Amino acid sequence: MPMPLLTLTSLAKAYAAPVLTGIDLTLNAGEVLALTGENGAGKSTLSKIVAGLVTPDAGQMQIEGSAYQPTSRREAEAAGVRMVMQELGLIGTLSVAENLLLTELPARAGFIDRSELHRRAAEQLQRVGLTELDPSVTVDRLGIGHQQMIEIARGLTGRIRALILDEPTAMLTDQEIVHLFEQIAALKAAGVGIIYISHRLDELRRIADRIAVLRDGKLVTVRPAQGFEHDEIVQAMVGREVAQHRDRARRVAGPETLRIEQFSRGSQVRKVNLRLHAGEIFGLAGLVGSGRTELLRSIFAADDRDEGSLFLNGAPAPVILKSPADAVAQGIGLLTEDRKSQGLLMTQSLRTNVTIANLARLQAGGWIRKAQEASVVQNWFRLLRMRARDDQQPVSELSGGNQQKVLFARWLERDCSILLLDEPTRGVDVGARDDIYAELDRLAAAGKTLLMVSSDLRELMAMCDRIGVMSAGTLVRVFDRGEWSEQALLDAAFAAHRGTTDEGTMHAA
Amino acid sequence: MKNTLGLPIALAALILVFALSSEYFLSRDTFIAIANDIPALLVLSVGMTYILVIAGIDLSVGSVLALTGGLSAVAILEWHWNLPSAVALGLGCGVLCGFITGTVSVAWRVPSFIVSLGTLEIARGSAYLVTDSRTAYVGGAISGLSNPLWFGISPAFLLAIAIVIASHIVLRHTVFGRYLIGIGTNEEAMRLAGIDPRPLKIAVFVLMGALAALAGLMQISRLEAADPNAGIGIELQVIAAVVIGGTSLMGGRGSVLNTLFGVLIVAVLEAGLAQVGASDPAKRIITGCVIIAAVLLDVYRNRKQR
Repeated sequence: MPMPLLTLTSLAKAYAAPVLTGIDLTLNAGEVLALTGENGAGKSTLSKIVAGLVTPDAGQMQIEGSAYQPTSRREAEAAGVRMVMQELGLIGTLSVAENLLLTELPARAGFIDRSELHRRAAEQLQRVGLTELDPSVTVDRLGIGHQQMIEIARGLTGRIRALILDEPTAMLTDQEIVHLFEQIAALKAAGVGIIYISHRLDELRRIADRIAVLRDGKLVTVRPAQGFEHDEIVQAMVGREVAQHRDRARRVAGPETLRIEQFSRGSQVRKVNLRLHAGEIFGLAGLVGSGRTELLRSIFAADDRDEGSLFLNGAPAPVILKSPADAVAQGIGLLTEDRKSQGLLMTQSLRTNVTIANLARLQAGGWIRKAQEASVVQNWFRLLRMRARDDQQPVSELSGGNQQKVLFARWLERDCSILLLDEPTRGVDVGARDDIYAELDRLAAAGKTLLMVSSDLRELMAMCDRIGVMSAGTLVRVFDRGEWSEQALLDAAFAAHRGTTDEGTMHAA
Repeated sequence: MKNTLGLPIALAALILVFALSSEYFLSRDTFIAIANDIPALLVLSVGMTYILVIAGIDLSVGSVLALTGGLSAVAILEWHWNLPSAVALGLGCGVLCGFITGTVSVAWRVPSFIVSLGTLEIARGSAYLVTDSRTAYVGGAISGLSNPLWFGISPAFLLAIAIVIASHIVLRHTVFGRYLIGIGTNEEAMRLAGIDPRPLKIAVFVLMGALAALAGLMQISRLEAADPNAGIGIELQVIAAVVIGGTSLMGGRGSVLNTLFGVLIVAVLEAGLAQVGASDPAKRIITGCVIIAAVLLDVYRNRKQR
């Protein structure tokens, strides 16, 4: 066995909580190593460390036996390690050619040499099979699939020893995928080591030599792709069956409170039907980008939808919600996924953040009743066990868990009958997490309707009475408590990606 | 809270510097001159504080001032309207200008910077049309606003101070004020909290228009004439005074009381430099330096908050 191209030894990284621990992994020249795992398992962090975008807290990396410690993307690229990011980093107003050669624009006396630029760009485009694309076209005018291919073509410039592809096929058509796989095969033949990150398990087995599975920041297994069956991969991603809360009885659901019919928004949400009842917690599982957030936002009227009707409390006539203000007036609240940009008023005080949606009840003739406001905030401060200096502290200085509690307090004080929760425990430490779970239990017991999106399957299985699984915009299956297993949920989440890479093929239950 | 004393100290220091360099500066006359000079600037700055708090900007205030002043003057002189009707006409016109800027900016999600640049031109052109591009001499028709009451202090000054106090309290203690600060901090978060930011933002531009009209009336009262060229460039002076007062150009942070200090600093600087005999170029250079220093201080304060 020759010396591996890339060796990772005991790599670790922690932000608030550990994200990666003790990763030992090798990548050989001329192989495709697939990296997979659930959302938040640490795939992105690991690949970003290799690509020089993130510095590890501990551990070493070596390229062909010599130390490799990139502190920037540029250094990594100088060592021949390139990464094609999942999110597009293209500059929309520049041409395809300019984007491809952005860091090395051919120039004569400071003026861009157009013919040389286009010649080299065309060469690069050919490598990904985009022979018909005019390199002088502005990137903005191309479809998302083309943009993704250009992003990949950009990763293929210069000298490459290791190439990291993060979910490269997420937005590609079948034909583009064929071109990409041909290109990967060519690179492999040329001795390049490729780390291939993807959720599409069948695709992994088509392209990969070995498959590495991450779970909770740890490397669970590395096995040859040959003979590593689909179900085994899922099992490895999920881990052992977790028994906690499994024995809890399903809550007794009350009358119907919210019904949506044929909800659709572009390709993100496709004809979703759902009935929710008082006193139940309904979970929404699915991969990132499966349309869960978009569904919540369109129920809340935060985004427009293309079609669909919404019914409240079993009424025969649909309710028309034009804006979030309408939704809130009807007793619906949304706890957003992104606290900082869509929930909190970061520079304002804890008190202001809690009461901002409730001032109508805390005022007299337009004047804020400060004493009443303070006592309301004090109450939640105690009940939710918030940790802050006092209620005047800016929320920007609070921990993630406490920030989330502030937003919970906002909607709890508003006393919404229907609460939409998007990743309510993301970035929340364990202690605060338990406080939030207790509050959710209490709300359900009080007859509220909770619709909760989470990427943490164990959390959903512990908390929910029913779990709906979304895949590529479609609600593929709804499980009742007792019917589900982690494996079944994950299987459903992959439903739209199963078999072929064709997103149109659904395996709905 | 440590920021609250900074401005009074800066103002006191400025007064001290001028008192030491000119024996005539520390006199009643100087301060009465300043008091009667600033009402229009002060009223505009109050409105601009609200505009900046919601992360907007209104460049049209100078033109609106000229248009509304001109309209009121022409109503008195040529249409022979009585004073209350002419005043109401001016205020109504200011409200309309603010409503147009606010509505266009909110409805089409265009930055208020650009929309108000358009309103600036429209209002200035209209001011020339209304006055036939000539200064309209109203004489003592609206002198009630600027005739000294006691100790040489004019009603305009008292009115401006009353507006400062009222709008300070509204921004601090009412639901409306709290909403404005929220919108300036994170408009999307406010929308998702179930508060529609649109009518509130329009209301702020309407308020700005009304205050610009009031400033216009104060000016024609004091100068006894409506000049269609009035207020050219005053928007920059206003924004400078508000920013010196510590209101953030990024929105979400501002205080009307501090704006009062900002205006006083600008006014004292101008009066003091005139008294020590600084040339016009020197005055402008020094004022420019003060503005940049104030903005740097603002950046520094912002950074510390994060």
